[in-house]
Amino acid sequence: MKRVRQFAWLFLLLVTVASLGAGLWAPADYAMQFREAPNSPPSHQHLLGTDELGRDRFSRVLYGTRVSLLMAPAAALLSTLLATLVGGVAGYLGGWWERVAMGATDLFLSMPWLFLLLAVRAMLPLNIAPITSVAVTFLLLGLLGWAASARVLCAGARGLRDSDFVLQARASGLRGVRLLAIHVMPNLKPVLAAQFLISIPVFIISEANLGILGLGVSEPLPSWGSLLRELESFTSLGFEAWKLVPLALLVLVVSGFQIILSRNEVYA
Amino acid sequence: MRTLVRRLAAMAGVVLLGGLLSATLVRLAPGFDVDEQQLDSRLSSESVQALRRVRAQDRNLAAFYLHYLGHALRGDLGQSRTLDRPVRQLLAERLPVTARLVGAGLLVGWLCAVLLAVGATMARRVACDMVATILSGIFLSVPAAVLGLLFVFANAPAYLVIALVVFPKVFSYTRNLLARSYGLPHLVTAYAKGVSPVRILLWHVLPVAGAQLLAVAGISVSIALGAAIPVEALCGIAGIGQLAWQAALGRDLPLLVNLTVLVTIVTLAANWGSEFTGQRFRTSGA
Repeated sequence: MKRVRQFAWLFLLLVTVASLGAGLWAPADYAMQFREAPNSPPSHQHLLGTDELGRDRFSRVLYGTRVSLLMAPAAALLSTLLATLVGGVAGYLGGWWERVAMGATDLFLSMPWLFLLLAVRAMLPLNIAPITSVAVTFLLLGLLGWAASARVLCAGARGLRDSDFVLQARASGLRGVRLLAIHVMPNLKPVLAAQFLISIPVFIISEANLGILGLGVSEPLPSWGSLLRELESFTSLGFEAWKLVPLALLVLVVSGFQIILSRNEVYA
Repeated sequence: MRTLVRRLAAMAGVVLLGGLLSATLVRLAPGFDVDEQQLDSRLSSESVQALRRVRAQDRNLAAFYLHYLGHALRGDLGQSRTLDRPVRQLLAERLPVTARLVGAGLLVGWLCAVLLAVGATMARRVACDMVATILSGIFLSVPAAVLGLLFVFANAPAYLVIALVVFPKVFSYTRNLLARSYGLPHLVTAYAKGVSPVRILLWHVLPVAGAQLLAVAGISVSIALGAAIPVEALCGIAGIGQLAWQAALGRDLPLLVNLTVLVTIVTLAANWGSEFTGQRFRTSGA
């Protein structure tokens, strides 16, 4: 299993590097149209063919992967920070703080967050710039996806609060933010890392769902969600298998995260 | 009885707050005031002004929500702006469709997940476990919307998509739970003494794991409802999910708030129902 995890890390690293260097090895810009060759099959010029607007699919996959692989971790970071702020601090402080924070967490957990996400995303201005749509989509994912992590972090912080070494530190006169920063937060690191890693594939899949529904990243900027919209016009799987490359890449990347996460199951 | 009243009061509080939260989020979105119809060049300036006046009614969030609550208590859930029909009528028409879809999906998903998890754990073979894990891992990595599209293409029933979305989560939880249960010292002893695997499963494993499994049942309802949005939207099923998608595209605030409140009630009821059943199960087992 260790080998498989190492391979998963290597694969994710490779995909990330390839997408970050999209500007270097993509044969064309993601928005450039080859109007003489719309819907063309793979060729030397277009490795994965072109879409219905004549844009090079390989370039769009590279740029789309960059958008998804940069923004999903950013959203995961935001949600983990929020979860730490709400769950971690509430678990550490206990009492009323914990009750109020867990009440808010329960509220968010019982809310149908995909319904909310759909509603808020749809209320954005009609002429929204593509880059703003990327930022807003992932910002919303980060803002709405913290509750489950907050619960786990609260339990972790509560356990640490009652631990012997924290009691001893308290008895030695260490209190407040210093106690939190020196003894509690460093011991919460594995839980934080696990929650961060759990959130990334969840946000990648949520963005893909929104993108297919037409509520994700705006055109012409690609993301895995917007690239998968092409599947709507599918008529034959057998003859246009190259159109499945974005889906295959998404499945492999999300599976990679799942494999890495299997090691952190105890903290999840 | 006291616990039940407290639970119901808490549920009402969460539902009210949930509705307010959804209305607030929608209201705060920067494009809230803009209506796609206002961009229609065929409309006269009077018509555009009239549209803006209708929008302005929702601008004051407190007024909108209090007005909504007042009417909702009398059974009037308002009028859908995009579909121009009473929300209550729309919900009554569409809720059974989603209930059937989600119910069938949950049933099939749970059945497959539990059977496969039990089979993989009882087989005690690495290959069986690996095949089952890979299978669930693949479904865990495919967005529900893609599954929906592929099922439309394959002309397969939509409830199977819900089943495939629920399956990997239930499977991995059940498998871990069973693995932990089978590792308990008294079960290892029972195995060593030659007690049959079926007897161990029915008498020793399921009573312990059952209560915890029931706790996941509530969460799986919420997962299935989330998956119902892309599935219904893409498969053309006239249920709550499709209605939410249409309301979102049409910026229909009354419909969106009602849908959020409705799904919050269903989710809460499912969570608390499964928690209550789990407690009863545990008590009767003890």
